Amino acid sequence: MGLAVLPLLTEAFDQRYILSIATRVVIWSIAAVSLNMILGYGGMVSFGHAVFFGIGGYTVGILAHHGTNIGWIQWPLAVLAAAAWAAVVGALSLRTRGLYFIMITLAFAQLVFYVSAGLSEYGADDGLNISRSRFPGVIDLRDKSSFYWLCFALLCITLWFCHRFSNSRFGLVIRGAKSNDLRMTALGFPVFQYRLVAFVIAGAFGGLAGILLANEGAYISPAMMSWVKSGDLIVIVVLGGMGTLFGPLWGTIAFFVVEESLKPLMDLIGHGWGEYWQIVFGPMLVLIALYARGGIDSLLGRRRG
Amino acid sequence: MLNGLQLGLLMFLLAAGLTLTFGIMDLVNLAHGSLYMMGAYFAWTLIGWTDSFVLGALLALPAAFLLGIVVEMVVARRLYARDHLDQVLATFGLILFFNELVRAVWGPAGQSIAVPPFLAHTIEIMPGMLYPAYRFALIVVGAAVAIILAWLVARTRVGMLIRAGASNRRMIAALGINIELLFTLVFGLGAAFAGLAGLMAAPISSVKIGMGDDILILAFVIIVIGGIGSIKGAFVAALVVGQIDIVGRAFLPDLLKTFLSANAASTAAPAISQVLVYIVMAGVLVWRPTGLFGQRS
Repeated sequence: MGLAVLPLLTEAFDQRYILSIATRVVIWSIAAVSLNMILGYGGMVSFGHAVFFGIGGYTVGILAHHGTNIGWIQWPLAVLAAAAWAAVVGALSLRTRGLYFIMITLAFAQLVFYVSAGLSEYGADDGLNISRSRFPGVIDLRDKSSFYWLCFALLCITLWFCHRFSNSRFGLVIRGAKSNDLRMTALGFPVFQYRLVAFVIAGAFGGLAGILLANEGAYISPAMMSWVKSGDLIVIVVLGGMGTLFGPLWGTIAFFVVEESLKPLMDLIGHGWGEYWQIVFGPMLVLIALYARGGIDSLLGRRRG
Repeated sequence: MLNGLQLGLLMFLLAAGLTLTFGIMDLVNLAHGSLYMMGAYFAWTLIGWTDSFVLGALLALPAAFLLGIVVEMVVARRLYARDHLDQVLATFGLILFFNELVRAVWGPAGQSIAVPPFLAHTIEIMPGMLYPAYRFALIVVGAAVAIILAWLVARTRVGMLIRAGASNRRMIAALGINIELLFTLVFGLGAAFAGLAGLMAAPISSVKIGMGDDILILAFVIIVIGGIGSIKGAFVAALVVGQIDIVGRAFLPDLLKTFLSANAASTAAPAISQVLVYIVMAGVLVWRPTGLFGQRS
C-alpha cells in the first residue's frame, strides 16, 4: 500500500505539498467509502452526501469557536450529529424512489447549506477559521505526519467496517434490496428499516470525514457541503467502481491525480490554460458515464459483487 | 405578491424546459442550468453586437436551440436508456465543461444586461400602484410560455408523440415516426426555453458563471413538488415557490428582529426563506410521495 509509506517518502524528499494532497485523498476516501455503502451496495443514489462533511465539520468548528477543542468531546458529538441528521433525512427520503430520492436528498443538502450560509455568528458565507482538535498526550494534530497517520488509520477502520458490513447478513439484505426490493420484502425483511440503518451508518462515516476535513484546513465553510462536492463524491464512487471495497479508494486517487496533473499538463500546452482544467475534465466525466461502467476496480480485474 | 408571481413565472420558464427533458423524456439533465447560463451569455453578446435588446434576445433563442441540439446529439441521446446515475454523472460533467468554457471565453467577471429602454419605466397596474414594466413583461412571457407548452404537450399531435415516445420508444418508432429526430427537437426546444429564462432573468440578476446551478436545483424542486411529468404541477409549484420566497424575504426579517439582533436577522432571513422552500418540498413528499399532480411513482 503506497499510501502507507507516503509520509516517510515525503519527509525524506521534503515534499510537504504532496503530503497535504495525500491527506485530503485519504479523507475524501473515507467519505467515498461511506457513500459507496449506500450507493454502491444499496443502489441509493444519494445526491447530498457532502452535507455530512458539513455537519461533521461544523460541529467541530462550532465547538472550537466556543472554546471546546478537546477532541474526545468534539468528535463523538460530530459523528452523532451527522448520524442524527442522516436518520431524519433517511426517514423522509427513503419513502420515495428513484428520481424523487435523488432530488430529495439533494434538497435536504441544500437546506443545510443555506442554513450554514446564514449563520452569521460562524462566518456565514465566508466560513470560519478554527483551532484544531486537541488530544492531549495522545496525538498532536498540528504535526502533519501524525495527522496523516490518524486519517490513514481511520480509513483502514472504515474499509474494514465496510468489508464486514457488505458481507454480513445485514449487508446482503441491502444488496438484495438493490436488485429487487419487492423480493426482499416478500421474504419478510423490513427493507425500509434496513436501508435507514445503512443510511445512518453512511452518514456517520461521512461526518467522520467532515471532522477530519475541518481539522485538515483548520477552517469550516458552507462550501464544504455545496452540491458540487456531493457530485464529486458520486463521480469518485462511480469512477472507482460501485459496490467494490477498494473502488472508492481508486476513484479518489484517480480524481485527485487527474486534477493535479491536468493543470500542469494544460499549462504546458498553452500558458495559463491550467486554470481551465475542468474543460477537459467535464467531457472526461461524460465519457466515463457513457462507456466505463465497471470503474477502475473492474479494470484492475478484481470485480467483486 | 406580484414580485412572487414574477419570480414564480421566471422559475416556471426554467422549469418548463426541464419539464420537457426531465419530466417527460425522463432524463435527469443537470446541464439544464448550463443552458440557462449560455442563453444569458448569448444574449449578452448578441445584444452587444446588434445594439438592440429585442434583436439580441430573438437571436439568442435560436442559438440556445442549436446548442441544445448539439448537446442532444453528442451526449444526451446516449443517455435516455441509461439509469439515472449515468445521467447525473454525464450531465454533471457537462456543467463543469460549460462553466469553464464560459470562464475561458467570456472571462471570470460577471456581466450585466441593461433593462431595454422601452421597458425601463413603471406602469400603473392599479390606481396608486406602480410596477416596473420589465417585471410585468416577465410575467406576460412566463404566462405565455405556460399556455403554449400546455397546449403543445396536451393538445397537439407532436405532444402526443412525445408523451407516447417517452413511455415506449420502440412502439412509436415502429409506427414510422422518426423518434430520434423528435427527441432531438424537443431537447432543443427545452434548451431554448432555458435560454429564454436565462436572458429574461439577466437584467434582473446578473450574467455570471454558475448562475444556473443553484436556480437549477430550485427548478428540480419545483418539478418534484409538482409531480414529475406534469406541466400543470410544475406551473402551480413554481408559483407557490415564488410566493414562499418573496413572502419569506419580505416578512421574515421583521419577524426575526423581534428576537434577534438586526444584523443577525438580516443575514438569517434570506437563508431561512430559501430553506422554507425545501421544507415545503419535504412536507409535500411526505404527504404525497409523487408530488402534487404526479401519477408515476
